[in-house]
Amino acid sequence: MQIKENLKEYDVIIVGSGAGGGMASKILSEAGLKIAIVEAGPFYDPANPDQMTQMKWAYDSPRRGAGTTRPFGDFDQAYGGWDIEGEPYSQKGDTEFRWFRSRMLGGRTNHWGRISLRFGPEDFKKKSIDGLGEDWPIGYDDIKPYYDKVDKLIGVFGSKENLYNDPDGFFLPPPKPRLHELFYIKGARKSSVKVMPSRLSVLTKRINNERGVCFYCRQCARSCSVYADFSSGSCLIFPAQDNGGQIDLYVNSMVRTVTTNEEGKATGVSFINKEDRTEYKLKAKVVVLAASACSSARILLNSKSKQHPNGLGNSSDVVGKYLHDSTGGGRMAFLPELVNRKIYNEDGVGGMHVYSPWWLDNKNLNFPRGYHIEVWGGMGSPSYGSGFNVNDLNKFFGIKVGGYGDMLRTDMRKYYGTVLGMDGRGESIAMESNYCEIDPDKVDEFGVPILRFNYKWSNHEVNQAKHMQDTFEEIIHNMGGIALGDKPSKDRNYGLTKPGEIIHEVGTTRMGSDPKTSVVNEFEQLHDVSNVFVVDAGPFVSQADKNPTWTIMALAWRTSDYIVDQFKKQNF
Amino acid sequence: MNRRDSLKSLVFGSIGVGVLLEGCVSGVDSETVANSLKKFNYGRTPEEKEYDKLLFSKKCFTNNQMKLISEISNLILPPNEFGSINDAEVPELIEFMAKDIPSYEAPLKDGLASLNQHSIKKFKKVFVDCDENQQKSILDLMAYPDPNLSSSEQTDDIKWFTLFRNLTMTGYYTSKVGIKELGYKGNTPNVWDGVPQDVLDQYGLSYDQDWLAKCVDQTKRNDVAEWDDQGNLVT
Repeated sequence: MQIKENLKEYDVIIVGSGAGGGMASKILSEAGLKIAIVEAGPFYDPANPDQMTQMKWAYDSPRRGAGTTRPFGDFDQAYGGWDIEGEPYSQKGDTEFRWFRSRMLGGRTNHWGRISLRFGPEDFKKKSIDGLGEDWPIGYDDIKPYYDKVDKLIGVFGSKENLYNDPDGFFLPPPKPRLHELFYIKGARKSSVKVMPSRLSVLTKRINNERGVCFYCRQCARSCSVYADFSSGSCLIFPAQDNGGQIDLYVNSMVRTVTTNEEGKATGVSFINKEDRTEYKLKAKVVVLAASACSSARILLNSKSKQHPNGLGNSSDVVGKYLHDSTGGGRMAFLPELVNRKIYNEDGVGGMHVYSPWWLDNKNLNFPRGYHIEVWGGMGSPSYGSGFNVNDLNKFFGIKVGGYGDMLRTDMRKYYGTVLGMDGRGESIAMESNYCEIDPDKVDEFGVPILRFNYKWSNHEVNQAKHMQDTFEEIIHNMGGIALGDKPSKDRNYGLTKPGEIIHEVGTTRMGSDPKTSVVNEFEQLHDVSNVFVVDAGPFVSQADKNPTWTIMALAWRTSDYIVDQFKKQNF
Repeated sequence: MNRRDSLKSLVFGSIGVGVLLEGCVSGVDSETVANSLKKFNYGRTPEEKEYDKLLFSKKCFTNNQMKLISEISNLILPPNEFGSINDAEVPELIEFMAKDIPSYEAPLKDGLASLNQHSIKKFKKVFVDCDENQQKSILDLMAYPDPNLSSSEQTDDIKWFTLFRNLTMTGYYTSKVGIKELGYKGNTPNVWDGVPQDVLDQYGLSYDQDWLAKCVDQTKRNDVAEWDDQGNLVT
């Protein structure tokens, strides 16, 4: 294959343009460094009418929004999914890992749930509390100033609650709860489950004059065209460019390896341009990987050389290990009180207005880590699937299910907006035995060796999933609801999701002070190669019962400050 | 590789056309295909557009089958003052889904055939030629799942009718006329400021004052946020 070399040398190449890559681009470019962002997918701007799906109706799609092309439906803004043609991954043994990738500028930040939670002081030191996993080499105080800066730069609504392990920040005010959320509050409180306003990076109030304010369409998953929610392109990369940042964007460019020299230092990256299928080389003084935890691990493992025979940064043999995703469990409920409810616009923001942070002490439980509860429901926009099994709920009133004719209209109206759902999202234990590695036999359509996953949940996660289900059932009862479907039993791991399904995969290049047991130091710098950094969720030592994005960005900012400082000291 | 995957390979990768959409025929003229592509403007990537184009260029049902689909859909949801199954383009949706989700194609076709077998056996004519009472007497055989059985244990006719009813219902209620009939009020810029008071009263609910105090004051939503050092919003 022909390899073309670009003679321009950058200060920093950033691989990937999601939360971590976007943040690094902004901070590093604003410090005057010359940046190349190399993104595997196309350019994307939520305000581009040709790409926009916000405010579309189901009937604007010939499949009425069904999820056949995009896994979360036609209007979801993730180009990719669990399975991408030409880019497979494989499984070891009976592993069923699910790897979600979004190939576009901004990556998964274009469709994510915007749940923006800080890790708490205990989340960095869990081994000291329960003896499992590992402590982070940093603590809450190290990262707090960066969480504060992320809050102010990007905007997150929430409320001051003074909870030790769910620290407050600089919040925009939250929206008022919806009707089904008031039912949830009632049920949860009766079950002694804490409920509070949710914390989402959606602008309920203006944060600057460049971005718009939320107009309550509930479509954050479609990426906001007035930039009133956080996406990496609209909130980090475009503003960095507008501020005069020297940023070259290489899109549709799949990075194969980090290139190195005789001394083993990184010299840049090699990538395949998807359009002409040609391999190119780019040079830089520093390489920042932000391709997502598993993709960055894959690049490192594929970057073998005489100096790094086990892959770049992998003298410890830890790259790819300690992969862990959040646990997930869910249950739906029917609220008979809401039958034939009055219809009004309750779209609200894209996601829940209330949630439950972890409220118990694991010392008294048979599983070591907690989970939070997310709530959904209400009178949503009809989309493919609306009207399926329209009167199944008749069975709770002893009325016949099925039929045809005008009675179906009555049933459709009667049950509209009467179902509510709860989802638990919990912390799993990072284990050496859960990992991704290079499949020795397979390559993708670009000829790059693919990842193979090995992953098994332990009883810690299974017991936690059981607790979720018991809690959901109790809350449903306490809000006057009827639980739908069967309660998942032991043989189904109590409904525990498959690893990867919650799309919070982290830990593959974990952080630590000992180069024998970790891949990067506290500044996300490879122990083995001082001019390579990883700013996605790979460096996470543990997951917490929080979503990872806010921590990815706070750490990426801290790392970027360190990189700027090292440039000033002429250490690259 | 299942058929859906292989269908996608045709667009996103490269696989022979012969094995794909075997029950569907080409023959939709290029102008109709172009019009369909223009009609559905919903932010597609170039690859997705190609995939849609491929589906638009195939025909899954014969004209007679399409007539039958329309007939059954209209029995499931008869026209009213809001509109009809045909205004809602339900038959077109059913046809599209049979291509988009290829596992739907065979059961849908088998069900249509079975319906005609029932009507020929019972009334010596095909379903569309039966009068409404005759048609309903046939639907009655398959419209009511046995509540004591799981969905996979129902008869093939019942399974088919459930699928058909689901597609009809979702087709109607995701259409312009159906959404209007349902009364959905959203998908429009607005300002959410809580559950209407009469609705709160209806359910005997109220907002906690201390919770409300934390919530957004919508009159100040356009004032740029500023905080004191403790993170208290001051604007």
